[in-house]
Amino acid sequence: MSDERLAVDLRGITKQFPGVLANSNVDFSVRAGEIHALVGENGAGKTTLMNILYGLVHADSGEILVDGKPARISGPRDAIAHGIGMVHQHFMLIPVFTVGENVMLGREPVTGPDFYDHRHARQAIQELTRRYGLALDPDARMGDLPVGLQQRAEIVKVLYRGANILILDEPTGVLTPQESKELFGVLRDLVKAGKTIIFISHKLREVLEISDRITVMRRGKVVGHLTTKETDEESIATLMVGREVLLRVDKKPAQPGAVTFKVENLTANSDRGVPALKGVSFELREGEILGIAGVEGNGQSELTEVLAGSRRVTGGRVLLGDRDVTTFDARTEREAGIAFIPEDRRGAGLVLSYSIAENLILGRQRSHQFAWHEFVLQLNAIWSWARRLVKEFDIRTPSINTAVRNLSGGNQQKVIVAREMGTHPKVLIAAQPTRGVDIGAIEFIHRRLIAERDAGTAILLVSAELDEIRSLSDRIAVMYEGQIVSIEPPDAPEERLGLLMTGGGAPRVGAA
Amino acid sequence: MTAISDILHLLFTANLWQATLSAAILLLLPALGGVISERSGVVNIAMEGMMLTGAFFGVVAALAWHNPWLATGVAILAGGLMAAVHAVVSIQFRADQIVSGIAINIFAAGLTVFLINRIFGLQDVGHLGPNEGLPYISIGGLDQIPFFGKVLFQQNIVVYVALVLLVLIHVLLFRTRIGLRIRAVGEHPQAADTAGINVFFIRYSAVITSGLLSGLSGAFLAIGVSNTFVPNMTDGRGYIALAAMIFGKWTPFGAFGACLIFGLGEAIYANNSIIHASPYLLSMLPYIITLVVLAGVVGRSSPPAADGIPYVPGSE
Repeated sequence: MSDERLAVDLRGITKQFPGVLANSNVDFSVRAGEIHALVGENGAGKTTLMNILYGLVHADSGEILVDGKPARISGPRDAIAHGIGMVHQHFMLIPVFTVGENVMLGREPVTGPDFYDHRHARQAIQELTRRYGLALDPDARMGDLPVGLQQRAEIVKVLYRGANILILDEPTGVLTPQESKELFGVLRDLVKAGKTIIFISHKLREVLEISDRITVMRRGKVVGHLTTKETDEESIATLMVGREVLLRVDKKPAQPGAVTFKVENLTANSDRGVPALKGVSFELREGEILGIAGVEGNGQSELTEVLAGSRRVTGGRVLLGDRDVTTFDARTEREAGIAFIPEDRRGAGLVLSYSIAENLILGRQRSHQFAWHEFVLQLNAIWSWARRLVKEFDIRTPSINTAVRNLSGGNQQKVIVAREMGTHPKVLIAAQPTRGVDIGAIEFIHRRLIAERDAGTAILLVSAELDEIRSLSDRIAVMYEGQIVSIEPPDAPEERLGLLMTGGGAPRVGAA
Repeated sequence: MTAISDILHLLFTANLWQATLSAAILLLLPALGGVISERSGVVNIAMEGMMLTGAFFGVVAALAWHNPWLATGVAILAGGLMAAVHAVVSIQFRADQIVSGIAINIFAAGLTVFLINRIFGLQDVGHLGPNEGLPYISIGGLDQIPFFGKVLFQQNIVVYVALVLLVLIHVLLFRTRIGLRIRAVGEHPQAADTAGINVFFIRYSAVITSGLLSGLSGAFLAIGVSNTFVPNMTDGRGYIALAAMIFGKWTPFGAFGACLIFGLGEAIYANNSIIHASPYLLSMLPYIITLVVLAGVVGRSSPPAADGIPYVPGSE
């Protein structure tokens, strides 16, 4: 498909943010008609580079060439005029508007003095969806659509603006495996129709599947230009991280012990007051990892919050051994031996302006170990505890008194992991434990989870990353619309899990 | 009990409803301004100050030039200028919009009193002469309809203008391209920006428009209703308009409905001489309604998603 003509040519792009050199003399070129993957860890500078190309951020220096001609892009309007369109990681969609209004926004058809022309809008969208085979109802309210269709609306929006070069920033992050497959089909069709695609991702398997060429970034610099056919997962990962990494998790078969944690027919409401858990039951044994797979928003968040004591149940029971802990609050849950790694690291897991040492005792500030009569903090005990955990969990920081705010995402997450594992809990609930952290930290956290399992802890792992669930879990529970629809073995095929996650597929006999 | 029967009796008089509509329009203009400003994503609680500023400069201009139209223009501009300050502070400098609004309200109260002393010394501001205020217009024929003629067609010219503006602003917000863009900016400025819409321009225009409307309301109050200026004469109307906007769920007609309820409270108070109840109690009526409304009796309504959040280009 692709020829030697360059659709995009970025030369010597440099961008300094306060405290970070986001892009340092970056050269990046994309051939017309190819799917070009831009890969790198979080914070490698991929999104900054694309925001520069799209005019959202201005480079300190460097040159932008589009279709071989120098282009001045001082805002998205200029980018659109040059035929560049961007599908952002966080959708740029307005939930209370219709699909039509969202797509038209900024280029609305008008009748009379300035009236928005619904009829023309509908026609324009139907024409586009027909041409590119992207079925979409122009009158649906955006907020009512599933994520896959919202993304489709984003793509249609970009096409409506006449884009020939499409930038997709982490497009599969929010999609189910099936939706990802559909998206790849759409992308291939778009390339056939003459479009050029820049695909930003850190999921290497997808990159290998969809792209023609790959550019790898690390710490603001380009560290490799690769041709997809001539490379593999390990070499890309090595370039991304700067050293060899272990992509596969090494683990021995689990030695599950007695059932320590039992959830029976649990029901709870979401923040909006509608039922989010509709009768969830499972058992968790000592020394095993039970993974909860599912598309986000199917009750996983509510489940972990209920188990951690921060959300009230409307029915059902939670048993820790023989103790009924259903109505325990966060403090008593913790004292009973249930540890919790929350999915919202910055909101629920840490107090960002507190030091590492202070964060490491959060929730245990009343214990005899750290406080005299629950009242006066024992600073020496706290500091030595913190020093021990910082060492043991490899938290990279200048000092234990550094504010957690100043740590990288991976090290922040390690603070939480250290705090929760440091007490050797009976049960560990880990929600999205590696979300948004770099490969090095992922590797480390995965190893610690396995070690904790082998030490006899019962672990409930909730993750949106199917790969993570499959590589760590000893059993996989698939959640869909507030229920566990099936419990699968860890080697269940990805297709089957994907189907179950979207409400299809027959559950296994004997599923809880 | 007699107080209640007095009020019931009042409800059947055209005079009461005529006063209700007039009082409601005083609130409607700033409320419409609030709707436009907040739909674009800028919280505006400074209608009170913009209205007061408009009222003051309107009276000064009317006394100087003896021309109500010119004076109204000055009042509108004065309101717009105050709004421009709010716009610069909260859009350009991304300051807290509530704090900026409070500052403007306090500033307007102080500024007007200060200027009274500078311009008029210790004397009264003085009253406008006949034909120097905004005229009351009876619409020939229609004003003879029993009851409704008096309520709807014997009103100040500003009342008619405001009712036309009500319809125009509704159409503008929900039927036109510019309205779609205003709402987009208030819901999701990043989305609007990436679609090539100038977020800053729309927000500036919307906030300044809210000031122009508040200024017009100030003109109506000072050179239409009172024919003079007294310190703090807006008397919390800007805040009641704010409540009406929220009560009306950030829609023009919803806000109008709320303004009518508040206006009724005010009109009942204006008739306190014939009601057997403490006038002080009656004077509390509009404010009690406001508190009850803000406390959420009408159910929670949700503001535009990005209301009150300054836009930083390139942020997510």
